[in-house]
Amino acid sequence: MAKIESEVGKPKGGLMQWIDDRFPFTKTMEHHVTKYYAAKNFNWWYVFGVLAFIVLFIQLFTGIFLTMNYKPSATEAFASVEYIMRDVEWGWLIRYMHSTGASFFFVVVYLHMFRAMLYGSYKKPRELIWLIGMLIFFVLMAEAFAGYLLPWGQMSYWGAQVIISLFGAIPVIGDGLVEFIRGDYSISDITLNRFFALHVILLPLVLIGLVFVHIVALHEVGSNNPDGIEIKKNKGPDGVPLDGVPFHPHHTSKDLIGIAVFLMVFFAVVFFAPEMGGYFLEHANFEPANISATPEHIAPVWYFTPFYAILRAVPDKLLGFILFGLSVILPVFLPWLDRARVRSIRYRGWMYKSALTIFVITFLGLGWLGTMPADGIYVLLARILSVVYFLFFLLMPYYTSIDKTKPLPDRVVYHG
Amino acid sequence: MDKFKMIARLALIGAAFVSTQAFAAGGASLEHANIDPNNVPSLQRGAANFMNYCSGCHSAKYVRYSTIGKYLELSDEQLIENLMFNAEKTFETINAAMPAADAERWFGSAPPDLSLMARAKGADYIYSFLKGFYVEEGSPTGVNNTVLSGTSMPHVLWKLQGFQVAHFEERIETDADGNEIVSQVFKEFEQVTPGSMSPEEYEGFVRDTTNFLAHIAEPMRSDRQKLGVWVMIYLVILLILAIALKKEIWRDVK
Repeated sequence: MAKIESEVGKPKGGLMQWIDDRFPFTKTMEHHVTKYYAAKNFNWWYVFGVLAFIVLFIQLFTGIFLTMNYKPSATEAFASVEYIMRDVEWGWLIRYMHSTGASFFFVVVYLHMFRAMLYGSYKKPRELIWLIGMLIFFVLMAEAFAGYLLPWGQMSYWGAQVIISLFGAIPVIGDGLVEFIRGDYSISDITLNRFFALHVILLPLVLIGLVFVHIVALHEVGSNNPDGIEIKKNKGPDGVPLDGVPFHPHHTSKDLIGIAVFLMVFFAVVFFAPEMGGYFLEHANFEPANISATPEHIAPVWYFTPFYAILRAVPDKLLGFILFGLSVILPVFLPWLDRARVRSIRYRGWMYKSALTIFVITFLGLGWLGTMPADGIYVLLARILSVVYFLFFLLMPYYTSIDKTKPLPDRVVYHG
Repeated sequence: MDKFKMIARLALIGAAFVSTQAFAAGGASLEHANIDPNNVPSLQRGAANFMNYCSGCHSAKYVRYSTIGKYLELSDEQLIENLMFNAEKTFETINAAMPAADAERWFGSAPPDLSLMARAKGADYIYSFLKGFYVEEGSPTGVNNTVLSGTSMPHVLWKLQGFQVAHFEERIETDADGNEIVSQVFKEFEQVTPGSMSPEEYEGFVRDTTNFLAHIAEPMRSDRQKLGVWVMIYLVILLILAIALKKEIWRDVK
């Protein structure tokens, strides 16, 4: 370990020194990579941040090639996607990677967020990292929503129709707002063009900016770990945390394993099940958008369905919209809702453990209900689970403050 | 103890989910198409069926003849002689012989493009639809369909299949509010006029045609699966190397 540091830290002369005199290259590399110390006891939950970065790269890379062949026009969009699938060299691979990547972005980000809930990563002093992360999540939702309109299939069209019209529930400005978003009286060529602009320029730009800030903020305070204790409290004589290992080469080599496993799952879907049973590529989206025929059953893509289920569970349109918005926004307040003295679930009591278990089941249940038709038993179930969803957050200050916690160790638990 | 109670409750909720799903699936059922995408002779027969019986009215406008030739192992000469009634060059796409505007006037709606029908509706849907025509007095085409009730498509395959009538039975269900809902549920077909094919031959004909439609919906399917195997092999090697590298780098971490 000591050997690696000395090699990088030494002032060099030559080209490297020339650059360093003009640009903080070595300094930046050390601060963010070779001398960024993260706890040695990271488990596999800690791989999803890097994986989100990988998926972002896949989406940007494949997106550029799709843009070269896609036509953002209501008359040509659907056909241009089929042109990519059939006539463009490797077009089908690029397109399947992009469509699969969209779903995997959410898989990875949801698991990344769940990791933060497991180990209290949002708690002081990492509140700002969490807030930036939530912003990333919101922008990602907008990015996915805009992107889903582009193939101009039946589900693209009607899914967007349903979601955009939700804003009509807002009193006074609602109808005007809906018109403003669509740029037309219905979803049309104009809407498609502006969604294309948002999807390929504005939102990715914001996304990259936010990811950059997310990482800068993380590296300022340092990563949390599965024990939820500060490794900076125990430093060696050289000022290096005793329980820390440098991001590179230690964590990068470990992440490479995670990346390889992730790519196996990712490409298994790309090559062997790109439709993923109609969840990643919905069946109705293989029919071109038809203004005069509604698909039998409109459902957003799976990653929006938990919130969509909450929306539909409420009989009143405005109240439904408010609770829908609230359900998306509530996690923002986790750093202040959680009053526990410890961060990690390892040292928390049965109350938080049970609450988190119920929350996961609730979230998955709502996700499933969002894909089902809204009638009979499904509505009832969605109502019950919606209440549970909100109670998890609203009761959190109470149950986390009375929950009995275990004493924290001085050093992280590491078994080699 | 509380934990066990909780788990038991969760299991109950889970059971509720499963049973409601079974309930939802109890509607109209489709016959399983049972197609084999790797059966090239079946795909070739399906292509011939499509060109002879479907392409008069239905286009497959994203599908090129040359692509069909590539995957169905047909030479340009074979394509031109056997399949291309409506095109001159093999790079052309499959267009319907009937102009769309006329079709809309004659049938009420233009016959849909079939390039992606199998991905939009599923192979089982197509298979069951082609087997589902039955005589109905008073309908504009003289027939109706068990899969798509009120379809404007006539029974173009009647010469092959002959005509059948459908028998229905009443099903009475009670909804959540206690109201009785009476619905007609399809029971079985009865052949009334024989066709030129036996029922088994017709089934084979429909299966081949369905197979072809499933193929043209995603012609590169076999390519991606073949490439996928190599990518997986590569990733397994990458994983092994990554594990070895990590072990080496982390050797000194205690």
